Amino acid sequence: MTVLLFGVTKDIVGSPSLSIPTANARGKQFPKTVKELRQFLGTTYPKLNELSSLAIAVNNNYAHDEAEINSYDEIALIPPVSGG
Amino acid sequence: MDRYSRQIALKQFGSENQEKLKASKVLLVGLGGLGVPVAQYLCGMGVGTLGLVENDTVALHNLQRQVLYPEASVGMSKLQVAVKELQKRNSEVVFKGFETFLNGTNALEIIKDFDVVVDATDNFSSRYLINDACVILKKPLVYGALHAFEGQLSVFNYQDGPTYRCLFPNMPKANEIPNCDENGILGILPGIIGSLQALEVVKVITGLGDTLSGKLLLFDGLTQTTQKINYQSNPENKKCTSLLPDYGYSGCELVPSITWDAFGQLNENKQVIDVRTIQEYSNDHLDHAINIPLDTLDAQFGKIDFSKPVYVVCQSGKRSSIAVEILQKKYPNSTCCQILGGMNQMPTQCL
Repeated sequence: MTVLLFGVTKDIVGSPSLSIPTANARGKQFPKTVKELRQFLGTTYPKLNELSSLAIAVNNNYAHDEAEINSYDEIALIPPVSGG
Repeated sequence: MDRYSRQIALKQFGSENQEKLKASKVLLVGLGGLGVPVAQYLCGMGVGTLGLVENDTVALHNLQRQVLYPEASVGMSKLQVAVKELQKRNSEVVFKGFETFLNGTNALEIIKDFDVVVDATDNFSSRYLINDACVILKKPLVYGALHAFEGQLSVFNYQDGPTYRCLFPNMPKANEIPNCDENGILGILPGIIGSLQALEVVKVITGLGDTLSGKLLLFDGLTQTTQKINYQSNPENKKCTSLLPDYGYSGCELVPSITWDAFGQLNENKQVIDVRTIQEYSNDHLDHAINIPLDTLDAQFGKIDFSKPVYVVCQSGKRSSIAVEILQKKYPNSTCCQILGGMNQMPTQCL
């Protein structure tokens, strides 16, 4: 699945998007809910865990932690930004 | 009405909506990158009363994006220059200036007399304060914010729609998200997002079209892509009945501070810690200042001699106050203070 990155998440990851594999031959578990995706990304990029608010959108809709995600979904990580 | 004939000529707009603009009172908080285009277009289009809240002075590095201010106004009050310049563009508009920063004490009193509020500030403390005040007073809030080449735009609290806290429930901690001083901003970006905010204000006032209530618009200037994210109202966020006692870290006076004048009169061998980024430090810095960027401070306490007074400086005074708080917590017996106003306010002979 594709994860689009906005604001400081782009700086933390170092690229404007991420591609997350959703299955592999060894049967390793990949995120199936928004909550699992948060944990998955937080392990790879610990600085994401430090954000007090980080909205996650699935297919352009704000998603709660329980929401399920699939390989064809487009995910967006949206932190607040303060500049003016 | 000849002045507005081109917008009255629009069939969907007409003289009826022009009258609505004329009867409306819009409060604009912040006269920086976002606030300048909002003010210029609302003034030009004939909003009746424009309230302006700003307490900053014009700095040379503002001019690449805050295009209302003439070169000769550097050092002068932004509010006073803006009102003077805007009045030249449209003498029919009534301006109400508030030469202060919005805070927990004045926010409700200032906002209550307006129909629509525009958040054109540059820090989270103000953004959460404005949101909460608008929820309490039931005022629609037009939100815009920037990060590097990106912008965010939405309309909160409009016709019972969602609020800022429905998107971002918790205020970020002090040094979690970089600001424009640290991160930089391309001059045109606030021009684009601020203009879109002015458009949303017109729609809120007139009822034309669809506002961005319940939708967050994300703009990426590098790829010219926009995305709209739908989000819902969380009723809990509407129950706010009073402001929080404290909106965090913006109060510079909360930490020990020293003015540039007093600093200049010190004879001792001053230990100065510059907590700006390496890039900002390399542009200009005080003699003998040690550069420890704020986000690396935790790992570099060893570079500081806590047996001597520690003077902390940054660009505007925001990061230095955070740094002093951190240092005081870690070394309670040390003497730490920030230099008020940061490098922006530094007298030229200090460099």
